Amino acid sequence: MAEASVITDEMRAVIGQESEPTTVEVDKTAVRMFARAVGYTDLIYYDEEYAKSKGYRSLPAPMGFLGHPIFRPDIASRPMYVMSFKTPYKRVLNGGTDIEYYEPICAGDVLTSTSKIADLTERSASMGPMLIITGETNYKNQKGKVVARFLGTLIQY
Amino acid sequence: MSDQVYFEDVKEGQEIPSLTEKCTSQRLVMWAAGSGDFYQIHYDKDFAQNTGLPDRIAHGALKHALLGRLLHDWVGDQGRVKRVACQYRGMDMVEENIICHGRITKKSQQGGENIVELEIWAENPKGQKTTPGTGVVSLPSRGQ
Repeated sequence: MAEASVITDEMRAVIGQESEPTTVEVDKTAVRMFARAVGYTDLIYYDEEYAKSKGYRSLPAPMGFLGHPIFRPDIASRPMYVMSFKTPYKRVLNGGTDIEYYEPICAGDVLTSTSKIADLTERSASMGPMLIITGETNYKNQKGKVVARFLGTLIQY
Repeated sequence: MSDQVYFEDVKEGQEIPSLTEKCTSQRLVMWAAGSGDFYQIHYDKDFAQNTGLPDRIAHGALKHALLGRLLHDWVGDQGRVKRVACQYRGMDMVEENIICHGRITKKSQQGGENIVELEIWAENPKGQKTTPGTGVVSLPSRGQ
């Protein structure tokens, strides 16, 4: 039984539209907090001199840590899962994460990220029809080098 | 850190050492602070149950980060983790162990790098794979 598509022309037009750039800071305390939460024991994430002895500029960012956007109480931050379009679905799940690393990211780096919706697809699963939204965020460092690409999958159903 | 692993010493089909972490409520709070994800289903039991969940659940991104640590701890000082990807297929509950595994699927040399691809996954204490994925790392060569 074919279901009618919920992907409208308006939604399709959003695919590939780049967001305004966001500034993302990577600092030492944040690296340590993240590494500690994941249970790392490798001292490269905690001891700057040790990290330097292993060839890093400062504490490297552990896998999955792509810095923190600068928080400002006077600017509303829109959660990533809020889309600029409406869909008939009320519930949302985090479907997956895919991060590719191109260059080391270290404490002291200031990254610039831009995001876009890379893809919209539909699928029918045990919990009914669902919309699969693939978001892509690319990160550049202060030298203009692309350091990482983040792909996130959100499922609305 | 464990001893350095070299490209020549690993083969397709081989499993890498597993990693187990218990998702205590304290770890989930530390993750919330470290990641900046303050959604209450991960640390507020009443809130989680009001959304229909049996209890607090582990953050998906924490499981992704644990799979990243699995690879980082394996590749050693001279290796590099190049890609970590996973899908969140099932929930992992607070106070339960998350067990991370990896198995080598492919070895290749690309652009002067020794590339190893792996199937990676996190499972719960019942052995259910809640978080399947793939990883790509580079390893040093004994000849270099």
